[in-house]
Amino acid sequence: MSRLFMFEKPLGMRDTLPELYETKSQVRSAIGEEMKAWGYQFIETPALEYYETVGSASAILDQQLFKLLDSQGHTLVLRPDMTAPIARVAASKLLKEDLPLRLAYSANVYRAQQREGGRPAEFEQIGVECIADDTVSADAEMIALMISTLRKAGIEDFKISVGHIGFVKELFVQILGTEERANALTKFLYEKNYVGYREHVKSLSLSSIDKQRLLEFLKLRGGEEVIEWALKLIENEKGEENIQELKQLWDVIVDYGVQSKLKFDLTLISHMSYYTGIVFEVYANQVGFPIGNGGRYNLLLQKFGKTTGATGFALRLDRLLEALGTLTKRKPAGCILFSEERRKEAVNLAKEKRESGERVVLQDINGVKSIDSYTEQYEEVTFLVGKAGRGSL
Amino acid sequence: MNDYLTIAMPKGRIFEEAAELLRQAGYKLPPEFEDSRKLIIDVEEEKFRFILAKPMDVPTYVEHGVADLGIAGKDTMLEEERDVYELLDLQISECYLAVAGLPNTKMNDVAPKVATKYPNVAAAYFREQGEQVEIIKLNGSIELAPIIGLSDRIVDIVSTGRTLVENGLVEYERIVDITSRLIVNPVSYRIQEERISELVERLAGVIQGAVSVE
Repeated sequence: MSRLFMFEKPLGMRDTLPELYETKSQVRSAIGEEMKAWGYQFIETPALEYYETVGSASAILDQQLFKLLDSQGHTLVLRPDMTAPIARVAASKLLKEDLPLRLAYSANVYRAQQREGGRPAEFEQIGVECIADDTVSADAEMIALMISTLRKAGIEDFKISVGHIGFVKELFVQILGTEERANALTKFLYEKNYVGYREHVKSLSLSSIDKQRLLEFLKLRGGEEVIEWALKLIENEKGEENIQELKQLWDVIVDYGVQSKLKFDLTLISHMSYYTGIVFEVYANQVGFPIGNGGRYNLLLQKFGKTTGATGFALRLDRLLEALGTLTKRKPAGCILFSEERRKEAVNLAKEKRESGERVVLQDINGVKSIDSYTEQYEEVTFLVGKAGRGSL
Repeated sequence: MNDYLTIAMPKGRIFEEAAELLRQAGYKLPPEFEDSRKLIIDVEEEKFRFILAKPMDVPTYVEHGVADLGIAGKDTMLEEERDVYELLDLQISECYLAVAGLPNTKMNDVAPKVATKYPNVAAAYFREQGEQVEIIKLNGSIELAPIIGLSDRIVDIVSTGRTLVENGLVEYERIVDITSRLIVNPVSYRIQEERISELVERLAGVIQGAVSVE
């Protein structure tokens, strides 16, 4: 390996400089306050977890995990998401009598990047988990809350796609007979390869009606009407129940009055095995990647010894900032430049201003080499220099 | 530029076929379209912005969302594995990926070497065949490699086979058939849904028409 330059950081790691930090914390607090207003309680979990427990339970691919060894030789991972750690805490500590539990977090997560090492390998996610509530109301609450937080953050131009993993599975298994064959076909959707999907369907030995059903499935994207189309395609009870869930979801979303943000896309497969029911992704104009996603994962808590289900969503703070575009410049702090003679006066003035909510820098004039370039960064500069009564600007 | 659809087009051979396809789908492209040397061409009438990229880079532009759509060969899709929707087989620029080499030769048993522009595809192919080979990445004139003894085999695109013949090489195995695909950024696919769906339908109409005529 070549010698590192002093400015270098590990691949994918980024610094947050003051202006970005300021915007980030505004967005974080706007979203966080909304989550609290909906009764979600924030928690923190450690950055390091065991590979065997949280690492293997998470939805993130193994090759994307940062692994290290502790002094006892256990393999550790830097948490790749917050859902698995929260499932661990909930299952072992917080879940009492399996009553619904609403938790929130904002934390950095770590994912090694496969290509283009400059992509962020550490980024902040802010999200919620609603555990032990199996109702569609809980699924709808995720979407409604997500919309509400985005609006609080100042993002209006976004769309949400909603799918249902359970429906896809029922339809495919019913037509293809085995889970293995269903998975092979699902993989094309996961890879977003419609061309491959169509070719695969055509190559199967199925009746032309069934082939047509599988091809029609690709068209299940759009508004409320998709529910009717989907009902025509599915011929088994469980699949119909899944579609009824989507119908209910739509009704609840209408109650919240946010249906204009929502589109169904039953071809949406966010992960091969993690999610079990309703899934969704949120997209903002001018950002090339989804800004957040979520869904129901009823099998995860089993890995931590509880049989209850859960649903949740996470937003990526870095992409929210991209969606917001310009950094909001806050009013710069004021500055008081003082010399020794008037130090006490300066201290008192600074105290007064700070108490009234202003941001004030107190700077000894002897510590500044170039007064002009220093004072340029502040909107308001007060000179308390020399004998009292002179030099104030 | 918000109301423009940005389409990443591959420079070179595929470009003309793709432009022809868009015309057949009823889109009005200016007559000098193909002759332009510009890298960005705005077609105001259709609210399209075309960006002209190296074929291998088209999926990258689309994945990052600086282009909403793109036209990319299946070969680059296989090699790059980008997170984009592959919506349509445009059935243009037909060719295939193949293994070729000097006639009547065998791969070196101890250290077989394969030269290619497609290191990922080549590595995956030989692994599936149960062979561990050394991949040598080249950027062009792949046919040189076996002739001057750099590698035992090459993995490259074959369309007519003429280049192979002219260089005294023969095809050993056919890996996969290649055509150009319409690819779409996952976010654009939702945000610009109506315009993209319309484009897909119009193009699909042209392609199916062509197939049924045959």
